[in-house]
Amino acid sequence: MALVVKRPKLTLAERCYLPSIVAGLAITWKHLKRAIFNKGIVTMQYPEEKWDASMPDWYRGAPTLVSDEHGKERCVACQLCEFICPPRAITIKPTEIPEGDAWRKVEKRPEEFDIDMTRCIYCGLCEEVCPEQAIFLRKDYSITGLNRAEMVHDKKTLYKLGGVMKGLVFKWNDLK
Amino acid sequence: MDTTLILHFLTIPWVFLLWTTFLKSFIFLNAAIIVVSVTVFAERKVSAFIQDRVGPNRVGIPLTLFGGKKDSFFFGLGQMVADPIKLLTKENFVPAGVNKFYFWLAPKLVMVPPILVLAVIPFGSTLFGVPMTIANLNIGVLFIFAISSLSVYGITLAGWASNSKFPFLGGIRSSSQMISYELALGLSVIPIFMIVGSLNLNEIVDWQVKNGWLLSPYWPRGFSLSLLMHPMQALHSLLLGVSLQRLLLWVPLLISFVIFIVAIFAETNRLPFDLPEAEQELVGGYHTEYSSMNFALFFLGEYAAMFAGSAAIVSLFLGGWSCPLIPDGSHGWYWGLINIAVFFVKVSMLLLFFIWVRWTLPRFRYDQLMSLGWLGFFPIALGNIFLTALILAFVHH
Repeated sequence: MALVVKRPKLTLAERCYLPSIVAGLAITWKHLKRAIFNKGIVTMQYPEEKWDASMPDWYRGAPTLVSDEHGKERCVACQLCEFICPPRAITIKPTEIPEGDAWRKVEKRPEEFDIDMTRCIYCGLCEEVCPEQAIFLRKDYSITGLNRAEMVHDKKTLYKLGGVMKGLVFKWNDLK
Repeated sequence: MDTTLILHFLTIPWVFLLWTTFLKSFIFLNAAIIVVSVTVFAERKVSAFIQDRVGPNRVGIPLTLFGGKKDSFFFGLGQMVADPIKLLTKENFVPAGVNKFYFWLAPKLVMVPPILVLAVIPFGSTLFGVPMTIANLNIGVLFIFAISSLSVYGITLAGWASNSKFPFLGGIRSSSQMISYELALGLSVIPIFMIVGSLNLNEIVDWQVKNGWLLSPYWPRGFSLSLLMHPMQALHSLLLGVSLQRLLLWVPLLISFVIFIVAIFAETNRLPFDLPEAEQELVGGYHTEYSSMNFALFFLGEYAAMFAGSAAIVSLFLGGWSCPLIPDGSHGWYWGLINIAVFFVKVSMLLLFFIWVRWTLPRFRYDQLMSLGWLGFFPIALGNIFLTALILAFVHH
Protein backbone atom coordinates (compact mmCIF):
# COMPACT_ATOMS: atom_id res chain seq x y z
CA MET A 1 0.00 0.00 0.00
CA ALA A 2 1.36 3.27 -1.00
CA LEU A 3 1.92 5.66 1.81
CA VAL A 4 0.65 9.16 1.13
CA VAL A 5 2.79 11.77 2.79
CA LYS A 6 0.74 14.85 3.56
CA ARG A 7 2.67 17.92 2.53
CA PRO A 8 1.91 20.90 4.75
CA LYS A 9 0.24 23.74 2.92
CA LEU A 10 2.64 26.67 2.85
CA THR A 11 1.49 30.23 3.10
CA LEU A 12 2.68 32.83 0.62
CA ALA A 13 5.15 34.20 3.16
CA GLU A 14 6.63 30.74 3.63
CA ARG A 15 6.80 30.09 -0.08
CA CYS A 16 8.75 33.25 -0.90
CA TYR A 17 11.47 32.39 1.67
CA LEU A 18 12.10 36.01 2.63
CA PRO A 19 10.55 36.11 6.16
CA SER A 20 12.39 32.99 7.24
CA ILE A 21 15.61 34.27 5.70
CA VAL A 22 15.28 37.44 7.75
CA ALA A 23 14.54 35.36 10.86
CA GLY A 24 17.64 33.26 10.20
CA LEU A 25 19.77 36.34 9.69
CA ALA A 26 18.53 37.68 13.02
CA ILE A 27 19.60 34.49 14.79
CA THR A 28 23.10 34.49 13.32
CA TRP A 29 23.44 38.20 14.03
CA LYS A 30 22.65 37.52 17.67
CA HIS A 31 25.46 34.94 17.83
CA LEU A 32 27.86 37.25 15.99
CA LYS A 33 27.13 40.12 18.35
CA ARG A 34 27.57 37.93 21.40
CA ALA A 35 30.81 36.35 20.16
CA ILE A 36 32.41 39.68 19.26
CA PHE A 37 32.25 40.60 22.94
CA ASN A 38 33.74 37.21 23.80
CA LYS A 39 30.55 35.79 25.26
CA GLY A 40 29.14 32.39 24.48
CA ILE A 41 32.39 31.09 22.98
CA VAL A 42 33.08 27.59 24.24
CA THR A 43 36.49 27.08 22.62
CA MET A 44 39.31 26.26 25.03
CA GLN A 45 42.56 28.03 24.09
CA TYR A 46 44.60 24.86 24.41
CA PRO A 47 48.21 25.50 25.27
CA GLU A 48 47.25 28.36 27.60
CA GLU A 49 44.12 26.74 29.01
CA LYS A 50 44.12 23.05 29.85
CA TRP A 51 41.50 20.62 31.05
CA ASP A 52 43.83 19.25 33.75
CA ALA A 53 41.63 20.51 36.57
CA SER A 54 38.64 18.52 35.39
CA MET A 55 40.61 15.37 34.61
CA PRO A 56 39.28 12.22 36.38
CA ASP A 57 41.39 10.32 38.90
CA TRP A 58 41.41 7.20 36.78
CA TYR A 59 42.93 9.03 33.81
CA ARG A 60 45.64 6.93 32.14
CA GLY A 61 48.45 9.26 31.10
CA ALA A 62 52.15 8.61 30.85
CA PRO A 63 53.53 5.69 32.94
CA THR A 64 55.91 6.85 35.66
CA LEU A 65 57.99 5.37 38.46
CA VAL A 66 57.33 6.47 42.03
CA SER A 67 59.35 6.52 45.21
CA ASP A 68 57.78 6.40 48.68
CA GLU A 69 58.01 8.40 51.86
CA HIS A 70 60.83 6.16 53.18
CA GLY A 71 63.13 7.44 50.47
CA LYS A 72 63.10 4.10 48.71
CA GLU A 73 62.62 3.59 45.02
CA ARG A 74 59.70 1.18 44.74
CA CYS A 75 60.88 -0.70 41.67
CA VAL A 76 62.77 -3.93 42.41
CA ALA A 77 63.55 -4.67 38.74
CA CYS A 78 61.42 -7.82 38.59
CA GLN A 79 60.82 -7.03 34.91
CA LEU A 80 57.19 -8.15 34.96
CA CYS A 81 56.13 -4.90 33.31
CA GLU A 82 58.75 -5.39 30.64
CA PHE A 83 57.29 -8.81 29.87
CA ILE A 84 53.63 -7.79 29.96
CA CYS A 85 54.04 -4.59 27.90
CA PRO A 86 52.13 -5.30 24.65
CA PRO A 87 54.12 -2.90 22.43
CA ARG A 88 57.39 -3.71 24.21
CA ALA A 89 57.96 -0.13 25.17
CA ILE A 90 59.77 -0.91 28.46
CA THR A 91 63.43 -1.87 28.70
CA ILE A 92 64.90 -2.63 32.11
CA LYS A 93 68.51 -3.33 33.01
CA PRO A 94 68.57 -4.71 36.58
CA THR A 95 71.48 -4.42 38.92
CA GLU A 96 72.31 -5.71 42.38
CA ILE A 97 72.07 -3.37 45.33
CA PRO A 98 75.57 -3.18 46.76
CA GLU A 99 76.59 -4.19 50.28
CA GLY A 100 76.12 -1.45 52.87
CA ASP A 101 73.10 0.13 51.19
CA ALA A 102 70.14 0.78 53.46
CA TRP A 103 67.92 -1.33 51.23
CA ARG A 104 70.38 -4.17 50.71
CA LYS A 105 67.71 -6.75 51.61
CA VAL A 106 65.72 -5.80 48.52
CA GLU A 107 68.65 -7.17 46.50
CA LYS A 108 67.69 -5.79 43.10
CA ARG A 109 66.93 -2.44 41.57
CA PRO A 110 66.89 -1.14 38.02
CA GLU A 111 70.08 0.34 36.74
CA GLU A 112 68.33 1.60 33.69
CA PHE A 113 64.59 1.85 33.15
CA ASP A 114 63.52 3.17 29.75
CA ILE A 115 59.99 3.64 28.47
CA ASP A 116 59.79 4.46 24.80
CA MET A 117 56.87 6.89 24.60
CA THR A 118 56.60 6.50 20.82
CA ARG A 119 55.63 2.86 21.50
CA CYS A 120 53.61 3.20 24.70
CA ILE A 121 49.89 2.66 24.16
CA TYR A 122 48.83 3.81 27.64
CA CYS A 123 47.08 0.50 28.30
CA GLY A 124 47.97 0.44 32.01
CA LEU A 125 49.01 -3.24 32.08
CA CYS A 126 52.39 -2.32 33.61
CA GLU A 127 50.62 -0.64 36.51
CA GLU A 128 48.31 -3.61 36.92
CA VAL A 129 51.04 -6.22 36.88
CA CYS A 130 53.48 -4.47 39.20
CA PRO A 131 53.75 -6.41 42.51
CA GLU A 132 55.56 -3.51 44.18
CA GLN A 133 53.18 -0.63 43.33
CA ALA A 134 56.09 1.06 41.67
CA ILE A 135 54.75 2.07 38.30
CA PHE A 136 51.72 4.29 37.92
CA LEU A 137 49.99 5.92 34.96
CA ARG A 138 49.81 9.59 35.85
CA LYS A 139 47.99 12.50 34.25
CA ASP A 140 50.71 13.72 31.86
CA TYR A 141 49.36 13.43 28.32
CA SER A 142 51.36 15.98 26.39
CA ILE A 143 54.55 14.01 25.74
CA THR A 144 56.57 15.70 23.01
CA GLY A 145 60.06 15.54 21.61
CA LEU A 146 62.02 16.62 18.59
CA ASN A 147 63.46 13.17 17.83
CA ARG A 148 63.07 9.54 18.81
CA ALA A 149 65.79 9.72 21.45
CA GLU A 150 63.95 12.52 23.22
CA MET A 151 60.79 10.46 23.32
CA VAL A 152 62.43 7.76 25.44
CA HIS A 153 61.86 8.40 29.13
CA ASP A 154 64.85 7.22 31.13
CA LYS A 155 64.87 6.36 34.83
CA LYS A 156 65.60 9.92 35.92
CA THR A 157 62.71 11.37 33.92
CA LEU A 158 60.34 8.65 35.11
CA TYR A 159 61.11 9.35 38.77
CA LYS A 160 60.79 13.06 38.18
CA LEU A 161 57.37 12.63 36.58
CA GLY A 162 56.24 10.13 39.22
CA GLY A 163 57.48 11.92 42.31
CA VAL A 164 56.86 10.65 45.81
CA MET A 165 53.67 8.72 46.50
CA LYS A 166 52.60 8.34 50.09
CA GLY A 167 50.44 5.72 51.75
CA LEU A 168 51.46 2.74 49.65
CA VAL A 169 51.91 -0.75 51.11
CA PHE A 170 55.35 -0.86 52.78
CA LYS A 171 56.31 -4.46 52.51
CA TRP A 172 60.09 -3.93 52.99
CA ASN A 173 59.59 -2.87 56.63
CA ASP A 174 61.81 -3.85 59.51
CA LEU A 175 59.80 -6.99 60.30
CA LYS A 176 60.90 -8.55 57.09
CA MET B 1 65.79 67.56 -19.19
CA ASP B 2 64.46 70.12 -16.84
CA THR B 3 61.38 69.72 -14.76
CA THR B 4 59.16 72.21 -16.53
CA LEU B 5 59.56 70.24 -19.75
CA ILE B 6 58.54 67.01 -18.01
CA LEU B 7 55.58 68.77 -16.40
CA HIS B 8 54.59 70.18 -19.75
CA PHE B 9 54.80 66.71 -21.27
CA LEU B 10 52.74 65.19 -18.47
CA THR B 11 49.97 67.74 -18.97
CA ILE B 12 49.45 67.03 -22.67
CA PRO B 13 45.83 65.72 -22.61
CA TRP B 14 46.47 62.20 -23.90
CA VAL B 15 49.63 61.74 -21.87
CA PHE B 16 47.78 62.99 -18.81
CA LEU B 17 44.96 60.54 -19.46
CA LEU B 18 47.47 57.74 -19.94
CA TRP B 19 49.46 58.17 -16.77
CA THR B 20 46.51 58.99 -14.54
CA THR B 21 44.71 55.90 -15.83
CA PHE B 22 47.75 53.73 -15.17
CA LEU B 23 48.10 55.15 -11.69
CA LYS B 24 44.40 54.72 -10.94
CA SER B 25 44.39 51.15 -12.25
CA PHE B 26 47.47 50.27 -10.24
CA ILE B 27 46.13 51.71 -6.99
CA PHE B 28 42.59 50.41 -7.41
CA LEU B 29 43.79 46.94 -8.38
CA ASN B 30 46.00 46.76 -5.31
CA ALA B 31 43.19 48.12 -3.17
CA ALA B 32 40.92 45.40 -4.57
CA ILE B 33 43.44 42.69 -3.77
CA ILE B 34 43.88 44.04 -0.25
CA VAL B 35 40.09 44.08 0.10
CA VAL B 36 40.06 40.45 -1.05
CA SER B 37 42.58 39.33 1.55
CA VAL B 38 40.79 41.27 4.28
CA THR B 39 37.50 39.72 3.16
CA VAL B 40 38.95 36.21 3.34
CA PHE B 41 40.10 36.92 6.88
CA ALA B 42 36.75 38.52 7.76
CA GLU B 43 34.97 35.50 6.33
CA ARG B 44 36.88 33.16 8.63
CA LYS B 45 36.46 35.40 11.63
CA VAL B 46 32.76 36.18 11.12
CA SER B 47 31.94 32.54 10.39
CA ALA B 48 33.69 31.60 13.61
CA PHE B 49 31.78 34.19 15.61
CA ILE B 50 28.46 33.15 14.11
CA GLN B 51 29.19 29.56 15.11
CA ASP B 52 30.35 30.57 18.62
CA ARG B 53 33.98 29.79 17.83
CA VAL B 54 37.11 31.90 18.11
CA GLY B 55 38.45 31.81 14.56
CA PRO B 56 42.05 32.36 13.51
CA ASN B 57 43.75 34.18 16.39
CA ARG B 58 47.28 32.79 16.48
CA VAL B 59 49.19 34.30 13.58
CA GLY B 60 50.79 37.55 14.65
CA ILE B 61 54.24 38.96 15.13
CA PRO B 62 56.52 36.35 16.78
CA LEU B 63 58.19 38.78 19.16
CA THR B 64 59.64 35.90 21.18
CA LEU B 65 61.90 35.06 18.22
CA PHE B 66 63.53 38.47 18.55
CA GLY B 67 63.92 38.35 22.31
CA GLY B 68 60.48 39.71 23.21
CA LYS B 69 58.61 38.46 26.24
CA LYS B 70 55.31 37.65 24.62
CA ASP B 71 54.10 37.04 21.06
CA SER B 72 51.74 39.68 19.78
CA PHE B 73 48.68 38.19 18.14
CA PHE B 74 46.63 41.24 17.03
CA PHE B 75 43.46 39.10 16.86
CA GLY B 76 45.16 36.86 14.29
CA LEU B 77 45.48 39.60 11.69
CA GLY B 78 48.73 38.02 10.50
CA GLN B 79 46.56 35.33 8.93
CA MET B 80 45.94 37.75 6.06
CA VAL B 81 49.63 37.52 5.17
CA ALA B 82 50.11 33.89 6.14
CA ASP B 83 47.37 32.57 3.85
CA PRO B 84 48.79 33.97 0.59
CA ILE B 85 52.33 32.91 1.57
CA LYS B 86 51.12 29.38 2.17
CA LEU B 87 49.25 29.27 -1.13
CA LEU B 88 52.22 30.70 -3.05
CA THR B 89 54.80 28.34 -1.64
CA LYS B 90 52.86 25.10 -1.89
CA GLU B 91 53.55 22.56 -4.60
CA ASN B 92 51.43 23.17 -7.67
CA PHE B 93 50.25 19.64 -8.27
CA VAL B 94 48.83 18.79 -11.68
CA PRO B 95 47.13 15.38 -11.93
CA ALA B 96 48.23 13.08 -14.76
CA GLY B 97 44.95 12.80 -16.66
CA VAL B 98 44.15 16.48 -17.10
CA ASN B 99 44.05 18.51 -20.26
CA LYS B 100 47.08 20.60 -19.45
CA PHE B 101 46.33 23.69 -21.54
CA TYR B 102 42.77 24.24 -20.34
CA PHE B 103 43.68 23.16 -16.83
CA TRP B 104 46.16 26.02 -16.63
CA LEU B 105 43.95 28.46 -18.50
CA ALA B 106 40.81 28.02 -16.38
CA PRO B 107 41.94 29.77 -13.17
CA LYS B 108 43.04 32.81 -15.14
CA LEU B 109 39.66 32.96 -16.87
CA VAL B 110 37.97 32.99 -13.48
CA MET B 111 40.24 35.61 -11.98
CA VAL B 112 40.43 38.15 -14.82
CA PRO B 113 36.73 39.10 -15.42
CA PRO B 114 35.92 40.39 -11.92
CA ILE B 115 39.05 42.53 -12.02
CA LEU B 116 38.13 43.87 -15.48
CA VAL B 117 34.70 44.77 -14.16
CA LEU B 118 36.31 47.08 -11.63
CA ALA B 119 37.41 49.33 -14.50
CA VAL B 120 33.97 50.91 -14.92
CA ILE B 121 33.14 51.29 -11.24
CA PRO B 122 33.19 54.92 -10.06
CA PHE B 123 34.98 54.51 -6.75
CA GLY B 124 35.17 58.20 -5.94
CA SER B 125 34.12 61.60 -7.25
CA THR B 126 37.22 63.50 -8.33
CA LEU B 127 40.64 63.91 -6.85
CA PHE B 128 42.59 67.01 -8.01
CA GLY B 129 40.10 67.22 -10.87
CA VAL B 130 40.79 63.68 -12.06
CA PRO B 131 37.58 61.58 -12.16
CA MET B 132 37.91 58.51 -10.00
CA THR B 133 36.80 55.99 -12.59
CA ILE B 134 39.31 54.01 -14.59
CA ALA B 135 37.14 53.86 -17.71
CA ASN B 136 34.17 56.17 -18.17
CA LEU B 137 32.20 53.87 -20.49
CA ASN B 138 28.78 54.78 -21.87
CA ILE B 139 27.76 51.13 -21.71
CA GLY B 140 28.98 50.73 -18.13
CA VAL B 141 26.40 48.32 -16.79
CA LEU B 142 26.28 46.29 -19.99
CA PHE B 143 30.06 45.99 -19.78
CA ILE B 144 29.70 44.58 -16.28
CA PHE B 145 27.16 41.98 -17.38
CA ALA B 146 29.13 41.04 -20.47
CA ILE B 147 32.45 40.62 -18.70
CA SER B 148 31.33 39.12 -15.40
CA SER B 149 29.42 36.33 -17.10
CA LEU B 150 32.66 35.27 -18.81
CA SER B 151 33.99 33.83 -15.58
CA VAL B 152 31.57 30.93 -15.96
CA TYR B 153 33.74 29.71 -18.85
CA GLY B 154 36.66 29.43 -16.51
CA ILE B 155 34.64 27.35 -14.07
CA THR B 156 33.23 25.11 -16.77
CA LEU B 157 36.67 24.66 -18.35
CA ALA B 158 38.16 23.84 -14.97
CA GLY B 159 35.50 21.21 -14.43
CA TRP B 160 35.98 19.72 -17.85
CA ALA B 161 39.78 19.85 -18.06
CA SER B 162 40.22 18.24 -14.64
CA ASN B 163 39.09 14.90 -16.10
CA SER B 164 37.39 13.94 -12.87
CA LYS B 165 33.71 13.44 -12.14
CA PHE B 166 33.15 15.89 -9.31
CA PRO B 167 34.72 18.92 -10.98
CA PHE B 168 32.81 17.99 -14.11
CA LEU B 169 29.48 18.06 -12.25
CA GLY B 170 30.48 21.38 -10.72
CA GLY B 171 31.25 22.84 -14.13
CA ILE B 172 27.93 21.72 -15.56
CA ARG B 173 26.05 23.11 -12.59
CA SER B 174 27.84 26.41 -12.97
CA SER B 175 26.81 26.86 -16.59
CA SER B 176 23.17 25.95 -15.95
CA GLN B 177 23.12 28.21 -12.93
CA MET B 178 24.40 31.06 -15.04
CA ILE B 179 21.70 30.83 -17.71
CA SER B 180 18.96 30.78 -15.10
CA TYR B 181 20.28 33.87 -13.33
CA GLU B 182 21.76 36.14 -15.98
CA LEU B 183 18.28 36.93 -17.32
CA ALA B 184 16.91 38.06 -13.99
CA LEU B 185 20.12 39.94 -13.31
CA GLY B 186 19.88 41.88 -16.55
CA LEU B 187 16.15 42.54 -16.36
CA SER B 188 16.22 43.68 -12.74
CA VAL B 189 18.31 46.77 -13.49
CA ILE B 190 16.20 47.98 -16.43
CA PRO B 191 13.93 50.06 -14.11
CA ILE B 192 17.05 52.00 -13.13
CA PHE B 193 17.85 52.83 -16.73
CA MET B 194 14.25 53.92 -17.27
CA ILE B 195 14.46 56.28 -14.32
CA VAL B 196 17.99 57.60 -14.85
CA GLY B 197 18.07 57.34 -18.64
CA SER B 198 21.66 56.18 -18.90
CA LEU B 199 23.76 53.04 -18.78
CA ASN B 200 26.84 54.93 -17.72
CA LEU B 201 27.63 54.14 -14.11
CA ASN B 202 29.09 57.61 -13.60
CA GLU B 203 25.88 59.22 -14.75
CA ILE B 204 23.81 56.86 -12.59
CA VAL B 205 25.86 57.86 -9.56
CA ASP B 206 25.67 61.56 -10.49
CA TRP B 207 21.88 61.23 -10.77
CA GLN B 208 21.82 59.74 -7.30
CA VAL B 209 23.97 62.56 -5.96
CA LYS B 210 21.41 65.07 -7.25
CA ASN B 211 18.18 63.18 -6.65
CA GLY B 212 19.07 60.85 -3.82
CA TRP B 213 19.92 57.19 -3.62
CA LEU B 214 17.74 55.02 -5.81
CA LEU B 215 16.85 52.80 -2.90
CA SER B 216 15.38 55.60 -0.85
CA PRO B 217 11.69 56.60 -1.05
CA TYR B 218 12.37 60.17 0.09
CA TRP B 219 15.20 62.62 -0.42
CA PRO B 220 15.30 66.27 0.58
CA ARG B 221 15.89 68.58 -2.37
CA GLY B 222 19.01 70.72 -2.39
CA PHE B 223 19.65 70.21 1.30
CA SER B 224 23.08 71.17 2.60
CA LEU B 225 24.78 71.95 5.89
CA SER B 226 24.58 75.71 5.29
CA LEU B 227 20.79 75.46 5.06
CA LEU B 228 20.66 74.57 8.76
CA MET B 229 21.18 78.27 9.49
CA HIS B 230 17.99 79.14 7.61
CA PRO B 231 15.17 77.06 9.12
CA MET B 232 12.52 78.14 6.60
CA GLN B 233 14.63 77.21 3.61
CA ALA B 234 15.63 73.94 5.25
CA LEU B 235 11.95 73.09 5.87
CA HIS B 236 11.18 74.01 2.29
CA SER B 237 13.90 71.70 1.03
CA LEU B 238 12.70 68.86 3.27
CA LEU B 239 9.10 69.27 2.04
CA LEU B 240 10.15 69.49 -1.59
CA GLY B 241 11.63 66.02 -1.23
CA VAL B 242 8.21 64.44 -0.78
CA SER B 243 6.93 63.26 -4.13
CA LEU B 244 4.30 60.69 -5.06
CA GLN B 245 6.29 59.42 -8.04
CA ARG B 246 9.35 58.82 -5.88
CA LEU B 247 7.28 57.02 -3.27
CA LEU B 248 5.63 54.78 -5.87
CA LEU B 249 8.91 54.11 -7.67
CA TRP B 250 10.32 52.83 -4.42
CA VAL B 251 8.27 49.62 -4.81
CA PRO B 252 9.73 48.46 -8.15
CA LEU B 253 13.20 49.61 -7.10
CA LEU B 254 13.02 47.56 -3.93
CA ILE B 255 11.98 44.53 -5.97
CA SER B 256 14.84 45.22 -8.39
CA PHE B 257 17.25 45.49 -5.50
CA VAL B 258 16.23 42.15 -3.99
CA ILE B 259 16.39 40.37 -7.34
CA PHE B 260 19.70 41.99 -8.24
CA ILE B 261 21.34 41.14 -4.94
CA VAL B 262 20.13 37.52 -5.10
CA ALA B 263 21.34 37.24 -8.69
CA ILE B 264 24.73 38.64 -7.66
CA PHE B 265 24.91 35.92 -5.01
CA ALA B 266 24.31 33.36 -7.74
CA GLU B 267 26.72 35.08 -10.10
CA THR B 268 29.55 35.02 -7.58
CA ASN B 269 28.81 31.40 -6.61
CA ARG B 270 28.25 32.30 -3.01
CA LEU B 271 26.08 30.36 -0.64
CA PRO B 272 23.09 29.77 -0.81
CA PHE B 273 23.88 29.29 -4.50
CA ASP B 274 27.35 27.76 -4.43
CA LEU B 275 26.24 24.69 -6.36
CA PRO B 276 29.39 24.51 -8.52
CA GLU B 277 31.49 24.23 -5.40
CA ALA B 278 29.16 22.36 -3.01
CA GLU B 279 31.82 20.94 -0.69
CA GLN B 280 29.44 18.44 0.90
CA GLU B 281 28.32 16.90 -2.38
CA LEU B 282 31.14 17.47 -4.87
CA VAL B 283 34.26 17.38 -2.67
CA GLY B 284 35.39 20.81 -3.84
CA GLY B 285 33.41 21.16 -7.05
CA TYR B 286 35.24 22.68 -9.97
CA HIS B 287 38.48 23.28 -8.08
CA THR B 288 38.82 19.80 -6.57
CA GLU B 289 41.95 19.00 -8.59
CA TYR B 290 43.63 22.35 -8.13
CA SER B 291 46.28 23.27 -5.63
CA SER B 292 48.66 26.05 -4.76
CA MET B 293 48.49 29.26 -6.80
CA ASN B 294 46.03 27.85 -9.33
CA PHE B 295 43.62 27.24 -6.49
CA ALA B 296 44.42 30.64 -5.06
CA LEU B 297 43.44 32.23 -8.37
CA PHE B 298 39.99 30.64 -8.10
CA PHE B 299 39.81 31.92 -4.57
CA LEU B 300 40.94 35.37 -5.62
CA GLY B 301 38.45 35.32 -8.48
CA GLU B 302 35.56 34.43 -6.19
CA TYR B 303 36.33 37.18 -3.71
CA ALA B 304 37.16 39.72 -6.39
CA ALA B 305 33.77 38.89 -7.94
CA MET B 306 32.21 39.55 -4.54
CA PHE B 307 33.98 42.89 -4.41
CA ALA B 308 32.97 43.79 -7.95
CA GLY B 309 29.38 42.69 -7.31
CA SER B 310 29.16 44.74 -4.13
CA ALA B 311 30.67 47.72 -5.95
CA ALA B 312 28.02 47.35 -8.68
CA ILE B 313 25.21 47.16 -6.11
CA VAL B 314 26.58 50.22 -4.33
CA SER B 315 26.86 52.21 -7.58
CA LEU B 316 23.44 51.21 -8.84
CA PHE B 317 21.27 51.36 -5.74
CA LEU B 318 23.13 52.86 -2.82
CA GLY B 319 24.46 56.11 -4.23
CA GLY B 320 28.00 55.04 -5.12
CA TRP B 321 30.56 57.27 -3.42
CA SER B 322 27.99 59.83 -2.30
CA CYS B 323 26.93 60.40 1.25
CA PRO B 324 24.37 62.99 2.40
CA LEU B 325 25.90 66.35 3.45
CA ILE B 326 29.36 65.43 2.14
CA PRO B 327 30.30 67.49 -0.94
CA ASP B 328 32.17 65.98 -3.89
CA GLY B 329 35.83 66.27 -4.80
CA SER B 330 35.48 69.61 -6.59
CA HIS B 331 35.34 71.31 -3.16
CA GLY B 332 38.81 70.13 -2.20
CA TRP B 333 41.01 67.06 -2.45
CA TYR B 334 40.16 65.95 1.11
CA TRP B 335 36.49 65.68 0.17
CA GLY B 336 37.60 63.53 -2.77
CA LEU B 337 39.42 61.20 -0.39
CA ILE B 338 36.40 61.10 1.94
CA ASN B 339 34.21 60.13 -1.04
CA ILE B 340 36.53 57.22 -1.82
CA ALA B 341 36.39 56.20 1.85
CA VAL B 342 32.57 56.36 1.78
CA PHE B 343 32.54 54.07 -1.25
CA PHE B 344 34.78 51.51 0.46
CA VAL B 345 32.74 51.65 3.67
CA LYS B 346 29.56 50.91 1.71
CA VAL B 347 31.24 48.08 -0.17
CA SER B 348 32.61 46.52 3.00
CA MET B 349 29.15 46.67 4.59
CA LEU B 350 27.81 44.71 1.64
CA LEU B 351 30.73 42.26 1.82
CA LEU B 352 29.87 41.70 5.47
CA PHE B 353 26.30 41.04 4.37
CA PHE B 354 27.58 38.50 1.82
CA ILE B 355 29.50 36.70 4.55
CA TRP B 356 26.61 36.94 7.00
CA VAL B 357 24.21 35.37 4.50
CA ARG B 358 26.68 32.61 3.70
CA TRP B 359 26.82 31.45 7.30
CA THR B 360 23.06 31.68 7.76
CA LEU B 361 21.38 29.98 4.84
CA PRO B 362 21.67 26.37 3.72
CA ARG B 363 22.42 25.63 0.07
CA PHE B 364 19.50 25.60 -2.35
CA ARG B 365 18.74 22.34 -4.05
CA TYR B 366 19.50 22.15 -7.76
CA ASP B 367 15.88 22.18 -8.96
CA GLN B 368 14.91 24.81 -6.39
CA LEU B 369 17.53 27.12 -7.83
CA MET B 370 16.26 26.55 -11.37
CA SER B 371 12.63 27.14 -10.44
CA LEU B 372 13.55 30.20 -8.40
CA GLY B 373 15.39 31.66 -11.38
CA TRP B 374 12.99 30.79 -14.16
CA LEU B 375 9.60 30.74 -12.41
CA GLY B 376 10.26 33.26 -9.67
CA PHE B 377 12.65 36.01 -10.56
CA PHE B 378 12.32 36.08 -14.33
CA PRO B 379 8.56 36.90 -14.42
CA ILE B 380 8.82 39.20 -11.42
CA ALA B 381 11.66 41.16 -13.03
CA LEU B 382 9.70 41.37 -16.27
CA GLY B 383 6.55 42.58 -14.49
CA ASN B 384 8.66 45.00 -12.53
CA ILE B 385 9.70 46.75 -15.76
CA PHE B 386 6.07 47.28 -16.72
CA LEU B 387 5.24 48.54 -13.26
CA THR B 388 8.05 51.09 -13.47
CA ALA B 389 6.93 52.15 -16.94
CA LEU B 390 3.34 52.67 -15.73
CA ILE B 391 4.47 54.75 -12.77
CA LEU B 392 6.76 56.87 -14.93
CA ALA B 393 4.04 57.39 -17.53
CA PHE B 394 1.06 58.21 -15.32
CA VAL B 395 2.43 59.69 -12.12
CA HIS B 396 4.22 62.91 -12.90
CA HIS B 397 6.73 64.61 -10.81
